[in-house]
Amino acid sequence: MVRLENVGMRYGTGPEVLRDISLDLRPGSFRFLTGASGAGKTTLLRLIYLAERPTRGLISLFGEDISRLQRRDLAPLRRKIGVVFQDFRLLGHLSAFDNVALPLRVSGAPETQVRQHVAELMKWVGLADKLDARPATLSGGQQQRVAIARAVIGRPQLLLADEPTGNVDDAMALRLLHLFEGMNRLGTTLLLATHNDALATQLGHGRLHLENGELVAA
Amino acid sequence: MIGRRHDDIPLHRDGTARLLPWLIAPMVYLAALALAGMLALGGAMQDWDRGLAGTMTVELPPAQGARNVALAAALGVLRATPGITSATALDRAAEGKLLEPWLGTAITPDELQLPLLIDLHIGGGGTLDLAALKTRLAAAVPGAQLDDHRLWLNRIHALALSVEGTGLAILAMVGATSVLTVIFATRAGFAVHRDVIELLHAIGARDSYIAWQFESEALRLGFGGGLAGLILAAITLWGLGHAAAATAVLGEEAKLLPELHFALWQWGALALLPVAAALTAMATARLTVMRALARLP
Repeated sequence: MVRLENVGMRYGTGPEVLRDISLDLRPGSFRFLTGASGAGKTTLLRLIYLAERPTRGLISLFGEDISRLQRRDLAPLRRKIGVVFQDFRLLGHLSAFDNVALPLRVSGAPETQVRQHVAELMKWVGLADKLDARPATLSGGQQQRVAIARAVIGRPQLLLADEPTGNVDDAMALRLLHLFEGMNRLGTTLLLATHNDALATQLGHGRLHLENGELVAA
Repeated sequence: MIGRRHDDIPLHRDGTARLLPWLIAPMVYLAALALAGMLALGGAMQDWDRGLAGTMTVELPPAQGARNVALAAALGVLRATPGITSATALDRAAEGKLLEPWLGTAITPDELQLPLLIDLHIGGGGTLDLAALKTRLAAAVPGAQLDDHRLWLNRIHALALSVEGTGLAILAMVGATSVLTVIFATRAGFAVHRDVIELLHAIGARDSYIAWQFESEALRLGFGGGLAGLILAAITLWGLGHAAAATAVLGEEAKLLPELHFALWQWGALALLPVAAALTAMATARLTVMRALARLP
């Protein structure tokens, strides 16, 4: 599903923020990506969801070496990946409904399907009464649930989440994690970045630990 | 609840985009005036060509008491020349009418040393040898001159060509300025909404999906601005048309400025300017955005 071999990454002429990263996420696996702030978790996720290109090494997604792909071939690949951003990145001028609908509309789904799926998912994340709400009027936890709904609406094969439980209380964090586990049971591969080691340990899934840009044994 | 499709980037709230119609409008205004000027000049040229085609004027030196002799000699030569269908001398009354706007009625042509004029019409299929005719005329009436209007028409054609060239240069400059304006506005819009664009890119939006939002906005704003510019130009042309009509102080046949009467196709060409402006803005926005998107991973 996701394979990295000796990947290195630097921004501009700065120092390498990731060094010699090699990992293999098999289909249907669930991994936590742990590490302190600044360890390189977000950069590693950005590489995997194709927001950055590595400065060295090989990245293979869904069995395809991305360095061999044309630029136009990357968009369909990105649609197979759901991303929950650390800062949510909800569009402030759109309603919660339209934010969640974005991936479906981008992929050209018919509007009837969009309405049905978004309404169902918003109900599932407990925001059925917030369809018309603008992100600015939602609490941090509600915004996070909208962001998660947007990430999973397209039924991605791979879900990446950057600190998905960072802005919610423990009960909501556990509920969200159970939601992720449910998706994992349905076949979605998950990689969740968190600085909360305890949470990762509690759920018992495999861990990838980053220290100063390098993967080390957890 | 349901947002409009392709309305993910809030371009309509963007200050730089709001400015675009105000920049496109004067461009289309200038383009419309330049185009109208070229069309009007072209029409006037055709009128002049039509009026002078097939006619020539023979000018005899002022006669000292031998007017009829000189006229008869010249008319004899002219009427015997194949290719000339008619040769009519202007009588004193006609000369007086020509001079009346300048001299009034107080002075008659008889009191002035005026050349004698013969109006010629050419046709009949024969080929007229102008050089031979000039020689025969000069022999019959010393000092006689044949004016085939060619010099006048050549100069008018040269003037018309330079005016048309200037008009085309104005159109090209207006077009180039409009394109640059749209490029800067689109780049500004791209920079302002970069976070939204990166998000759309990250969730798998194709470049054409993102570019279309800029294109449709540029199309809308370009057409709005273009329409405003065209309406202003139409008002200006209407005013200029009235001003041109008011120059008919010498009668309908002697207006100083050509009339601004356009044929249907010419109005159509002017009406297409906002469409052309909108399509140019749209294409420019697309190319600008596609180039910017190509720099994203």
